[in-house]
Amino acid sequence: MNPETLLPPVLALLGLALVFGALLGYAATAFKVEGNPLVDQINELLPQTQCGQCGYPGCKPYAQSIAEGGPINKCPPGGAGTIHALAKLLDVEEQALDAEHGKEDIRKVAYIREAECIGCTKCIQACPVDAILGSAKHMHTVIVSECTGCDLCVEPCPVDCIDMIPAKNPLQNWHWQRPAPRPAQMQLIASDWMQGASR
Amino acid sequence: MTAPFKGQFWPLPRGIHPPENKQQSLREPIRKAALPKRLVLPLTQPGFVQAELCVSVGQQVRKGEVLARGTPGMGITLHASTSGIVSDIAEHQVPNASGLPELCLMLESDGRDEWLKLPPLDYQHCDAPMLIQRINECGINGLGGAGFPTHAKLQGALNSKHKIHTLVINAAECEPFITADHALMREQADEIVTGICILLQILKPERCLIGMEDNKSDAIIAMQAAVTRVNDPRISLVVIPTLYPSGAEKQLIYMLTGTEIPSGTITLGSGILCQNVGTVHAIARAVAHGEALVSRIVTLTGAALKRPGNLDVLIGTPIAELLQQCDVDATQLSRLINGGPLMGLQLPHANLPVLKITNCVIATTNAEMPPPVPAQACIRCGFCADVCPATLLPQQLYWFARSKELEKAESHNLLDCIECGACAYVCPSHIPLVQYYRAAKAELREEKEKHLMAEHSKERYDYHQARKEEEKRLEEQRRAERVALAKQRKEAANAALAVAGASAVADADSAAKAAIAAAMERVKAKKAAQPTTTDSAAAPASIPAPDSDTKV
Repeated sequence: MNPETLLPPVLALLGLALVFGALLGYAATAFKVEGNPLVDQINELLPQTQCGQCGYPGCKPYAQSIAEGGPINKCPPGGAGTIHALAKLLDVEEQALDAEHGKEDIRKVAYIREAECIGCTKCIQACPVDAILGSAKHMHTVIVSECTGCDLCVEPCPVDCIDMIPAKNPLQNWHWQRPAPRPAQMQLIASDWMQGASR
Repeated sequence: MTAPFKGQFWPLPRGIHPPENKQQSLREPIRKAALPKRLVLPLTQPGFVQAELCVSVGQQVRKGEVLARGTPGMGITLHASTSGIVSDIAEHQVPNASGLPELCLMLESDGRDEWLKLPPLDYQHCDAPMLIQRINECGINGLGGAGFPTHAKLQGALNSKHKIHTLVINAAECEPFITADHALMREQADEIVTGICILLQILKPERCLIGMEDNKSDAIIAMQAAVTRVNDPRISLVVIPTLYPSGAEKQLIYMLTGTEIPSGTITLGSGILCQNVGTVHAIARAVAHGEALVSRIVTLTGAALKRPGNLDVLIGTPIAELLQQCDVDATQLSRLINGGPLMGLQLPHANLPVLKITNCVIATTNAEMPPPVPAQACIRCGFCADVCPATLLPQQLYWFARSKELEKAESHNLLDCIECGACAYVCPSHIPLVQYYRAAKAELREEKEKHLMAEHSKERYDYHQARKEEEKRLEEQRRAERVALAKQRKEAANAALAVAGASAVADADSAAKAAIAAAMERVKAKKAAQPTTTDSAAAPASIPAPDSDTKV
């Protein structure tokens, strides 16, 4: 092949490679993504109770650990729903909730028995979402709509006047269940159709 | 149908024709149920906010007196259904899906049935807020099924940015067995039309369409006559073909107006408001007669009743008493159903009160309604999709609901399902489809609630963290300031001390020097005088020295 006919395309390709290389290089510095976006995505799926039952000091650190490849089944407040969502996001296998960190439960909220409260403000300092109202030597109370049910205020209370109670009454918690699954070895014969009528 | 009843309508694309079974309960006119000895009145209407109690145990109340006041907004006020004494406030089972007990008032009737009515209003001279206030005071909620507070619906319509142009009156009553609205229209058509006029006065729409299925000819005649009597050009009666579920809100609106309500929106957004015919009757009683909602028409039917019919029942009457008044054959009775056979609830027993939303009780036998046969596998026949009035894909929704793929179910518009039961009715495998949808819907709602809560908590946590950091920073800053201040003060003090100290030392030095000099002077003088006793001379000279030492 004649080198004179080969030269223009080689030069053109080289030129293009340089231009795109420079563009990519610029884009890599100009549009650099700060932090790990995966951590935020994972954090979005966590229930944000900030309870620390997973062993990390809050939901964000746990999200960080998941992003680094840690187990996804350490969050009892999120339960099966959160594990399912995380497994889908990360494309990993779904696991059962790690019982070591607690069991899935209905949403609970802290309740201060106000007559017994001595106004020490210890629970106020422990609350991660500022859901407890009160001041020194005055009775404290929990703002129910803000309480995540994280449990963190129970332990610091010197007079044990905080209870964790269900956020809703049984009637509000009730909802329709799926029909019971069909027994695996069920034999149906044609006359079953009129089963009721024949009785 | 004859010419005057004909109106334009848009046929429903899908639906079913179950056996109607309506004639049994229509043989007799509406009967008044006997006054019960004891009534049970729940403070909460299923799915709504609990009303605030305003009576105490032992209190004498009259019929129509407020027992519990609805909270502003969505609350529904509860009235005494008859005169008597409040005997207890306790938990009691009510006809709800969960079967869980609710807080109820027990009312012992005194047999006098004494009314406490509000003054009647002349609706033509009342403005909308006044009429809505009256409807609220009388505790009226939708009597068709869902029980939405009527005053909240009307207020919402007035507050909405879309003006209501069409008022739809739901008189379709499409579900088999139920004839409560049919009987009411047959006998109380004038009262119903008065109620419609009151709604027209409140909403001022361009037109009002009354939708009725063509299987109630006597009610159609009565209603047409009543409409003709008021002679309002805005009101027209539209007779639609019988097809279940034409009485579902969105389906009826489509049939009457051709408007499809977009998914996820309410009818008010399309400028349409729908009211059940029973509710309209209650509105007329409340405004024109000042009567609170204390009674309703309940259909009692089913093969286990020897004398089925429609009864005018006080709210809170135990269902067992109603069954007795219809001559129940206890040996035949197999199941009790609250509502219709397609959307109704099976009741555990008859010791449950009638609620404001109880339109029908079916006491059935095994021959009439055989117990459900076991479900078999889905064979993907697609019959369900052929009958779904919301034009969904029930079979697909079934798979998603079963495998808990909630996002997929939602993207297939699970939330548009009206739970009418048409799909389960035609399913050849007898799969209880609606149960799956209900469960999936509830889970979806729960997930959404959780997500909202999580977002809210995250915001608060982030704020909490930011606040703590700010506090820490401020504390740090204050500490640094304090340290700086302390350092400054110390330096200033040191400087002052140095100056003061120097002068003091200088003073002391000069004093001491002076003393020494004086002593030296005295010694010299004594030496010069040649004293013989050195003791007495040395002692006075040494005395000032310690004095000057202590001074320094």
